Amino acid sequence: MTGRDDLLALLLRIGDDHLILGHRLSEWCGHAPMLEEDLALPNMALDLIGTARMCYGYAAEIEGDGRSEDDYAFLRDGTDFRHMLMVERPNGDFAHTILRQFLFAAYMQPIWDGLTAASDARLADHAGKAVKEMAYHVRHSGEWVIRLGDGTTESARRMKAALDDLAPYIGEMLESDETAGRLVAAGLLPDPAAVRSAFDSVVARTFTMAHLPPLDVTAGISGGRTGRHGEVLGHLLAEMQFMQRAYPGLTW
Amino acid sequence: MSDDAEKSTPGTLMPLWEVFIRPRTGLAHSHVGSVHASDEVMAVQAARDVYTRRGEGVSIWVVPSASITASDPDQRDENFEPTASKIYRHPSFYDIPDDVGHM
Repeated sequence: MTGRDDLLALLLRIGDDHLILGHRLSEWCGHAPMLEEDLALPNMALDLIGTARMCYGYAAEIEGDGRSEDDYAFLRDGTDFRHMLMVERPNGDFAHTILRQFLFAAYMQPIWDGLTAASDARLADHAGKAVKEMAYHVRHSGEWVIRLGDGTTESARRMKAALDDLAPYIGEMLESDETAGRLVAAGLLPDPAAVRSAFDSVVARTFTMAHLPPLDVTAGISGGRTGRHGEVLGHLLAEMQFMQRAYPGLTW
Repeated sequence: MSDDAEKSTPGTLMPLWEVFIRPRTGLAHSHVGSVHASDEVMAVQAARDVYTRRGEGVSIWVVPSASITASDPDQRDENFEPTASKIYRHPSFYDIPDDVGHM
């Protein structure tokens, strides 16, 4: 693997995480439990999709084979996607969606914070914007986690059920591999121990206030980083990619 | 943990808040609308998500709608009509030098 291959792998991992989660959030548009969240969830989705666009646009420039950001989003098959499995999971109820958002943002905020000093100027520049977006996502979703966990009997039950559902996917989010190790050495990812420490402290503080049990990260389901995804991804891509598949080159 | 009986009265869980946005430093906060939220922290976030999506502001105030005391619509005539005949209160009889600019 060359440095160029590693940078491309990183752009696809980050880009796919953000695109797929952004698409999941966008599914709430028009269906959120209250008007305020019907705007808040797509607001966050647009932040995520903005990051995916940066990643794909940059990857397209590096590959230089005439493909555009749209090709990465709309013309790749499921096995070519490199996102963590948690982001492709169906939305479930509002508690499930908001807890997943909190966990993802709590993980990405220290990564973007570290990437503001990345050895790659383009990534570092985007990190300055993304770290502010993630700070808001952590705050907004975290405040909801607290209020649902410490709300009514029903909301607490749903928040606990969401944690039980998502727990098997947290290990993959936090795991490292050889590619990630080389990226850290190349100054293209922050030290995983520092990321983990920041993630643990934000989660512990929020979970305590939400009366949720301490996060127990055990080895769970994995494979997203090598393109082994769940059946649910096929359904997601069928909807997300339909227009470009059915009408190639369509613009609007 | 709250009593589940509250679930049947959403107004208790999600009261209404009036939202004021300051568009730029130096200007005053202006009323822009209202949001439902469980408390003041969530109200500020809801206001941010609903009313500042296009760069409308640099500061947000939220106030419980129930805290606002309004004039009585039935007293509108006695409150406001007497001023209609007092046009001398408008400073429109002065010549404003051009270099004063916008007033």
